[in-house]
Amino acid sequence: MALRVENLRIYYRTLRGYVHAVEGATFSVGDGEIMGLAGESGCGKTTLGHSLIYLKPPMAYIEGHVFLDGRELPIWDMDRMNEFRFRHISIIPQYAMNALNPTRRIGPLIADLLATRGIDFRQILPELQRRLDLVQLSPEVLNRYPFELSGGMRQRVVMVISTLLNPSLLIADEITSALDVSTQRAVCEMIVEFRNRGFVRSTIFITHDMSILYQIADTILVMYAGQLAEKAPVEAIFRSPRHPYTRMLIASLPRVGARQRVERLKGIPGSPPPLLDPPPGCRFRDRCPLAFERCQEPPPFVEVEPGHFVACWREI
Amino acid sequence: MLALENVTKVYRTGALGLRKLIAVSEVSFEIGEREIVALIGESGSGKTTIGKMILRLFRPTSGVIRFEGKDIFSLRGPALKDYYRQVQGVFQDPFASYNPIFKADRVFALIREEFYPRIRRSAWEQRVEEALRAVGLNPSDVLGKYPHQLSGGQLQRFLIARALLLDIRLLVADEIISMLDASTRIDVLNLLGDLRERGLSILFITHDLSLGYYISDRSIVLYRGRVVEMGATERIYARPLHPYTEMLMESIPRIDGRWGATSHRVERSAVLSGAFGCVYYPRCPIAQEICARRAPELTEVEAGHFVACHVRAGASSSAG
Repeated sequence: MALRVENLRIYYRTLRGYVHAVEGATFSVGDGEIMGLAGESGCGKTTLGHSLIYLKPPMAYIEGHVFLDGRELPIWDMDRMNEFRFRHISIIPQYAMNALNPTRRIGPLIADLLATRGIDFRQILPELQRRLDLVQLSPEVLNRYPFELSGGMRQRVVMVISTLLNPSLLIADEITSALDVSTQRAVCEMIVEFRNRGFVRSTIFITHDMSILYQIADTILVMYAGQLAEKAPVEAIFRSPRHPYTRMLIASLPRVGARQRVERLKGIPGSPPPLLDPPPGCRFRDRCPLAFERCQEPPPFVEVEPGHFVACWREI
Repeated sequence: MLALENVTKVYRTGALGLRKLIAVSEVSFEIGEREIVALIGESGSGKTTIGKMILRLFRPTSGVIRFEGKDIFSLRGPALKDYYRQVQGVFQDPFASYNPIFKADRVFALIREEFYPRIRRSAWEQRVEEALRAVGLNPSDVLGKYPHQLSGGQLQRFLIARALLLDIRLLVADEIISMLDASTRIDVLNLLGDLRERGLSILFITHDLSLGYYISDRSIVLYRGRVVEMGATERIYARPLHPYTEMLMESIPRIDGRWGATSHRVERSAVLSGAFGCVYYPRCPIAQEICARRAPELTEVEAGHFVACHVRAGASSSAG
């Protein structure tokens, strides 16, 4: 088990109190698993991903434990986490491709980064060149400034940089959302390739786009308003979802071949509750057609079939 | 109803505007009554520029845009106001369309001031409520609130309701659902379909092909400012002819099947090639020698289905 997260609770400290962004998350990601982390804006998926590597204020650690390859990660301690970052756990943040220092060429930029970990650039250069070739970039990009590359090319550069030291866990946060469909597909296929070649052991792929996850993920974890709703293998999430939210979300996705004049899809009425002082119990219950009295209590995240977890009183 | 004739837009960029960027090149198409036309393209394809030119926010460098036969850039005074009464736009970021200091329903008050200064207050309020109901909002839930108190989907519907207060006939919808969540976007999309039933035409600008397929009657595919293929949506999706359209179709993340083997290419280096000839030549897997030399014309290959490709348009039609 590469990653094990136990009862992780991450809030945001604000002037009006705590925003309950991640509420008691418990799950694992296996060796070689690409886990999609899905949900709508504000559901806590990015907070969860970032808290595993860079838990900076106003994010506040409340409780919980994270184990990577059997070792506990001191996620509450910014300094001690440095030992793990980049080498063992790495992240591609959203818009990373726009965050490259514009005054440095790509090559020297990578050399600086490696120096912070005491690694000699020249030693790693052959491997770097092999990997650039794998993502279909010519080695000449090392002599280019970031602004000379297209968005898709910069995204691929960032992917190569963040996986250069073969981390156990890669967190990819919305890395495809600003890209064109053709580049999107290429980037997704590269994530799978990186896993297949062992550059990364496990991957958490954060996105709001369920159809991307259908293409590349092994499992999907669906979050709703800070709570875990369901985790299951991809086929189960799409073909036999158990949580009402997952079911309604999947049903609202247009597929090629569906036309409004033939088959009218439906959205989910209502909106998520505020996470500043949220109501107790299941947070989906106001929008849920199946809600009953029991939903006033928080539902446990239970394994209903091997590898299939769901937090819903109707399914227990 | 609306027709673009050889519309070209060139932007000046770089220091002192010395470099030229051709954003839209020789684009011609029409939008008929009660029709949803999807304008599909990736970033930099010129789709937003086309929408903005139809709304008169940019002036084409050359070419004409006609509405009911009249050049829209020749309109003045009352005729111009009449144009905006019939043609309106809604854009990608709903939050950017509002001034956060004012309540969201100020957008309705501005319409009244500008277009209907003489209408009585009670009659106006009734019209606003009707428009809100038409877009699936409950007036008592949304009136009198500030933009931050409403969701993205609600704000986007607000803007559509604002357009409905006019005698609108054409709505330019530029990526209006790409910032909305999956569970709400489908409702806004369905709303566009309902408006079509009420007699509206919509130019639906999008990069998301599955959304375009769901709602549109006809599709126009753009690549680097040029129309590479256009025709009935079902035809284009079932039988794409241009290699670029084909590649797009293969790249859509579907939820009913996995991607096949990769057949397309991504850019390998920063150096662009192919300044002459077909815009797609540098990435095209079926390119021939002629494609580097001469740009293909848009050719009708079957009734209403046009493609700009030397290879796919067939030897007979592209030889001339």
